[in-house]
Amino acid sequence: MSDNSKNKQTKRTNRDIALTGVFIALAMILSYLESLVPVGFAVPGIKLGLANLVTIVALYKLGLKDTIIISLGRILLSGVLFGNMMVIIYSLAGAGLSILVMVLVKKTKIFSAMGVSICGAISHNLGQIIVAVITLENMNIMYYMIVLAIAGAVAGTIIGVLSGMIIKNIRI
Amino acid sequence: MADNEKLIKKSDVILLVVVLTMALFAVVYIMSAKEKGTKLRISVDGEVMEEFYLSEDREHQITTDKGGNLVVIEDGEVDVIEADCPDKVCVNHVPVDEVGETIICLPHKLVLEIVE
Repeated sequence: MSDNSKNKQTKRTNRDIALTGVFIALAMILSYLESLVPVGFAVPGIKLGLANLVTIVALYKLGLKDTIIISLGRILLSGVLFGNMMVIIYSLAGAGLSILVMVLVKKTKIFSAMGVSICGAISHNLGQIIVAVITLENMNIMYYMIVLAIAGAVAGTIIGVLSGMIIKNIRI
Repeated sequence: MADNEKLIKKSDVILLVVVLTMALFAVVYIMSAKEKGTKLRISVDGEVMEEFYLSEDREHQITTDKGGNLVVIEDGEVDVIEADCPDKVCVNHVPVDEVGETIICLPHKLVLEIVE
């Protein structure tokens, strides 16, 4: 009995590890694709956040632990490959706050993936603004949050609805 | 997510509308608040010490038991050009001239505010 359950546990873990790898790869590819299409009109820092698709789907389909591993993996790998230390710090602050908020919002069950995604996008921007305020020691940067909140709401809506479709239609 | 759950709930739309409305109000508020000021109020530790009109150019040294800041009023703008505080946030701050704008020196508990 115990042997059986242990075996089952191992199987699940192997599967999870493979899935986690696939999700990290997918998130990195989406980030890269996004970087190829610059949002011309936009203010610095505004983007769609395609990689967040992966985060939200992971949150719904794989659970919190795997979502954290996937986000960390993506940030560290892309940071080391294409960015620098500052990029990693900004990304970690954004992703950390965003995942925390999304988990809490998801738990309330008030919103669908769209609402969760909007909250995630806005808190992601907020996390990065907080790092900017701390490193630049200038509170006035907070004003920029208004622009980023609007951008986050729009991007979060698009990503959220897309995630909702994916969550509904794939089985993992 | 359960299969019977809707892709977009009513609450999602409400959230989106609330966020956008709040942001819009914030933008409108900040735009409307941009009004050239005429008077500088200097407070230390929450107490109003002095008030100056921005129409007159002047240099004013503020000295308290915590330290000193040199404030300059020039062309209707207020700036701190010298201070012996450790962080120099007030010195690095851009000059202010609009109602509601502040320059704050936390170590000296000094607040310079354009009041009207």
